[in-house]
Amino acid sequence: MSGFSDNIMRLSGRMLSQYPAQRDWDGKLTMAPHPGIIPTFSIVTLSDNVPEQEIMKWNGWGYSDSKFLYNKKGQAEFTGKRYRLSGMIIPGLREWMESTFSANLQHKTPAAPILNSSAVQPPTLNEAFLKELKSTGIPFSHDAEDRVFRSHGHCLHEIFALREGKIGRVPDLVVWPNCHNDVVKIVELACKHNVCLIPYGGGTSVSSALECPPEETRSIVSLDTSQMNRILWIDEKNLTAHVEAGIVGQDLERLLNESGYCTGHEPDSMEFSSLGGWVATRASGMKKNIYGNIEDLVVHIKMVTPRGVIEKSCQGPRMSTGPDVHHFIMGSEGTLGVVTEVTMKIRPMPEYQKYGSVVFPNFEMGVACLREVARQRCAPASIRLMDNEQFKFGHALKPQVSSIFTSFLDGLKKFYITKFKGFDPNRLCVATLLFEGDREKVLQHEKQVYDIAAKFGGLAAGEDNGQRGYMLTFVIAYLRDLGMDYYVIGESFETSMPWDRVLDICRNVKARIVRECKDKGVQFPPLSTCRVTQTYDAGACVYFYFAFNYRGLSDPVHVYEQVEHAAREEILANGGSLSHHHGVGKLRKEWMRESISSVGMGMLKSVKDYVDPNNIFGNRNLL
Amino acid sequence: MTSTYKDSGTASLNDDEEFTDILEERRRNTDLGYALRTFNPQPYKGAPSCSTSDLNKAVLESQYLRYIAKEIALETGSSVEKVRQEARGILEEMSHNLQLGFIRLMAYTFNKVFKRLFRSIYVNMEGLNMLQQAIQESPVILMPNHRSYVDFLIVSFVLFTYDIPIPVIAAGIPLASMKVVGEILRRSGAFFIRRAIGSDKLYWAVLSEYVRTIVRTGCAPLEFYVEGFRSRTLKSVVPKLGMMDMVLEPYFKGEVFDITLVPISISYDRVVEESLLALELLGVPKPKESTTGLFKASRVLQEDYGCMHVNFGRPLSVRQLCEGKINRSEYNLIPRDLPQRPSTEIQDCVNWLAHLIVRTQEEGALISPWSLMACLLLQAPITTLTEEGLQWHGLTEKTLWLRKLVLDFRGRLNWPAHTPDSDVMSSTVALHHSIVHHKAGRVYLVQDGNPASQDPLSPEEKVMRTAAAVLMLVSYRNQALHVFVRPGILATAIHITKSTQKDELFSFFCFLRDVFSSEFIFIPGRASQDFDEACSLLQKCGAVYISQQEVTVLETGLEVLSFLQKLLQPFLESYQLIFRYLCENGAHVFTEKQFLPAVRNLATKLILSGDLHTFEVLSSDTQKNVLSALRRLEAVTKLRASQQNEYKVNKAAVRRTGDILCKIICDIPVKIKLLFCVRLENFDLFLPCCL
Repeated sequence: MSGFSDNIMRLSGRMLSQYPAQRDWDGKLTMAPHPGIIPTFSIVTLSDNVPEQEIMKWNGWGYSDSKFLYNKKGQAEFTGKRYRLSGMIIPGLREWMESTFSANLQHKTPAAPILNSSAVQPPTLNEAFLKELKSTGIPFSHDAEDRVFRSHGHCLHEIFALREGKIGRVPDLVVWPNCHNDVVKIVELACKHNVCLIPYGGGTSVSSALECPPEETRSIVSLDTSQMNRILWIDEKNLTAHVEAGIVGQDLERLLNESGYCTGHEPDSMEFSSLGGWVATRASGMKKNIYGNIEDLVVHIKMVTPRGVIEKSCQGPRMSTGPDVHHFIMGSEGTLGVVTEVTMKIRPMPEYQKYGSVVFPNFEMGVACLREVARQRCAPASIRLMDNEQFKFGHALKPQVSSIFTSFLDGLKKFYITKFKGFDPNRLCVATLLFEGDREKVLQHEKQVYDIAAKFGGLAAGEDNGQRGYMLTFVIAYLRDLGMDYYVIGESFETSMPWDRVLDICRNVKARIVRECKDKGVQFPPLSTCRVTQTYDAGACVYFYFAFNYRGLSDPVHVYEQVEHAAREEILANGGSLSHHHGVGKLRKEWMRESISSVGMGMLKSVKDYVDPNNIFGNRNLL
Repeated sequence: MTSTYKDSGTASLNDDEEFTDILEERRRNTDLGYALRTFNPQPYKGAPSCSTSDLNKAVLESQYLRYIAKEIALETGSSVEKVRQEARGILEEMSHNLQLGFIRLMAYTFNKVFKRLFRSIYVNMEGLNMLQQAIQESPVILMPNHRSYVDFLIVSFVLFTYDIPIPVIAAGIPLASMKVVGEILRRSGAFFIRRAIGSDKLYWAVLSEYVRTIVRTGCAPLEFYVEGFRSRTLKSVVPKLGMMDMVLEPYFKGEVFDITLVPISISYDRVVEESLLALELLGVPKPKESTTGLFKASRVLQEDYGCMHVNFGRPLSVRQLCEGKINRSEYNLIPRDLPQRPSTEIQDCVNWLAHLIVRTQEEGALISPWSLMACLLLQAPITTLTEEGLQWHGLTEKTLWLRKLVLDFRGRLNWPAHTPDSDVMSSTVALHHSIVHHKAGRVYLVQDGNPASQDPLSPEEKVMRTAAAVLMLVSYRNQALHVFVRPGILATAIHITKSTQKDELFSFFCFLRDVFSSEFIFIPGRASQDFDEACSLLQKCGAVYISQQEVTVLETGLEVLSFLQKLLQPFLESYQLIFRYLCENGAHVFTEKQFLPAVRNLATKLILSGDLHTFEVLSSDTQKNVLSALRRLEAVTKLRASQQNEYKVNKAAVRRTGDILCKIICDIPVKIKLLFCVRLENFDLFLPCCL
């Protein structure tokens, strides 16, 4: 049995270690223009790899070798070699953490270092299913570590429990289909033997979507799509690529880059999240202003359901054939079937990229500027507005300055903005910008945006600040692990709303968080901050970050959940949406009916009832 | 150093509360120095300093006003520009022009005046501290009661003294037309609202946007009288909802995180306008607000008005109060800037909040020994008061008894500590020499009026003269009424139904509560809490014993029950009389102008013939309250088309209502078998059950 398991371990790995990602300063992929022969048909094959579990943390975010810690001198540093920040000292972080959270390096809350397999419930196996599965030759495992690894996403309560070594219901079996046909076989067997299937992509869910329903009595099989990670073809005439749905964002971009293309879809989780996951949750990418969100990028989807395979018969760019069936699939959150293959739009890689930033005297002016940019439909690839707290946070993440000259310059800049321009350091906020395209157009575009910003009191604040802003996106998840070592827990959540409510929602939700923390007995003022991350014609997407020091609380996760719940209620009461791109999962299910009306629920339910009458895809998300 | 005193009379809850006499320090230092002191308040966090012109500009250029202007232009066929011009005019007439210089002038003048009028002005420092804190956290609405013109700027005066941002104050437009003074008030923060706005759409729009902008920006605390006007009877008035709606909307629409309401209870030992108020209630018109009138009134400066208490209530969070009551997402589908009619849920919530504030004001008011005496004096036969005189000794004894009852009922009593009771009694009577005088061990009602040399008074004139004095007494009684109302209604229900069944008493309690809900402040939807409160208070003072199903009157409780029932008797009698008038009077349609004097004439006749024992029915306030009660009962309807407040009466409905009250008054034991709780909407269902 153990030999079998070993074999699977090797197969289940990814190419991650083989291709250590080259990260830019901001943690983004470096994009070297890549002229040369472009194969129109390329298949990437697997080779022997280190198992996923070994390069990834089992109870925290990201790569095992990358994390924040306080060194012997008490200075914060970021370990590893993967990111530009890796190996650097971050002198301001400690003071920021101590002053923001009243955290103390003396008060540690270390995580359980290794998984205690005995804490994992023995698997409930459906022998008949197992027997037939074996005969297909599709790899599987019921090793405790494999099962635990696929039993959770990255919600705070999930990670917190893992750190404490608490393991709840986990899948009983993990299977690794290698292609669409494998998935068809697995789904058929699951239907035949009444086994519950939970599709697993990158595991970056933040909606409790991967949690096994505790009430599920059938055997639960986690269907890991990680082996379906090939680009099956690239069509240069139509600029599309046909890709297996298990491919992870950074691999997809890297492989396409090799051919001189990109999808331009860059959700913050792109290092780990998968194409199938994006489709299943209606993902949104940072550069959607140029490339669009997942629903704009997808041309064709193939999904295996208990009723059979659903796909369209052609790849027309737009159709009027009744309601678009793709929209039953996008956002279905694994309740209807497994997305196996997707045809996506691709674009030639941009010639030129430029970061930028603008300082505004206050958040209100910043929002007004973003609104104007959206009105004029001239948003750059990405435009994000951080509030004052986040600006300070970004500042605290500045790595050690190497020369006196740089620090002198920084001092001068600060003097210019606060003293000369009269900006209040406790009110000012920063927009970060990313322009992409041909050089000339980028420069032109840049000028247009800075001109608009100037009308709202905005001062250009340089490329560095812009880059640092985007870096925050990638390291913030690592930072949560650091916080959790020192009694600080936190999470982010998002929403979308019409323009006229952006300020109200930001203000009210932040205030609600502070008030709820106080009411729930949190001893220290929380960090409650937000940023506008996307602009649309008719509204915007806002991200909230919320963290607090839980010393003195007996059940910090429960308090956290109550506060997040209250914050969501506040969002909904003020006209914000239930989710912009994280999805509903099980975490936000209770608000679905009020969000889409009873009739809407009925519509979705009837689709589920038709497609999956026996609830084989029984993760119980959404409905 | 300012002197403080323990407010010994208040219920145990507030034992620690300390009041500070703010005049104390003023008396020792120069007024000028005080007026010129550095004023450095901590404003609402994040509020941009907002000048008057900024505010007005924001209002005029608001999307909301643009929208309304377009709509009106379309409806009336005039141009948008013209409508906007008109809006500008309205705003000019309305807007405040708060300037610190004028606040200083006001502070200087007030110092001079207040030091003459009052012995002390007591302010609770704890309340001020909480207010100071609250002002930094969210927009604050100051909601004082209004018992006298004197209190119009008192809050501003106190806030200036303690470095708290000066409020802008909603005032009636007549004040604006006073020469010079109107302008001074405007510059002290007053903004002026027309009376009877009716259906003037543009005016509503300008006003509501103005108010909302003040709240939304939090540029200054907003002060307004939720009762709508100065209470002529010193009794709380059923709150008006117009301003309340406007003030709360920014919260409902999510434009502010929270709004803080601060109920403020201002109580007087003696009200400056006491005699004017009584005359006004009897139909003598109120002198028009004018500057010359103000100077003429300066003779009031010669008098002693005792102490004034300004009690700043605990700041109330609208967010907390509304939690679970409303669903704000109803505003999600229409742009913020467009007018939207709130749902019944929201309207009910506003109404509930407004009542809650008035109740809180009542609870925060201090009851003076004089109010207790007034309660007792009014229970004596009128001839005793006017002719034989009431025994001083007996009155003292009864007042002390009542003091204990008030404390049992958790009233806030302003009874001087460390002073012999007899001194308190005699100094109280001395302060109110305009109403009673104490001679040879007896107390008499002072009846103002013509010297003997003039023509002898007609009997009707005599009634009016007595009525004026009685109504003054009534108004002081009213200051204590809120403490007794709930147990009083239960006592009345016990008295009438002679029932011991809790269900039955509760049904009748609800009935009375509904009939009198224009008269007393009952928080909507809290009938059962009111009933429970009444039960527990009566039990606490040993009047009744309450079991699961029954309410048993105890021998020891007869005195309390009889006092309470007599306290409410004038209201029952007055209502009954007016019902009778409406039934017997020939017309089915009448105007308010006909109604008031006709009721007054009938009442005067009945008083002279000895058939009516209360003078309160002569008060226009009572008369109007009966009308509004009947309108709620739908026994009287206001005619829409009518210009001059015409009413149509459904005699049968009035008669049926009256029949019940008649039985009450005639003391015929009515066994009312109520199968369900009486709601007045179900009035017709209710009657067959009891007849």
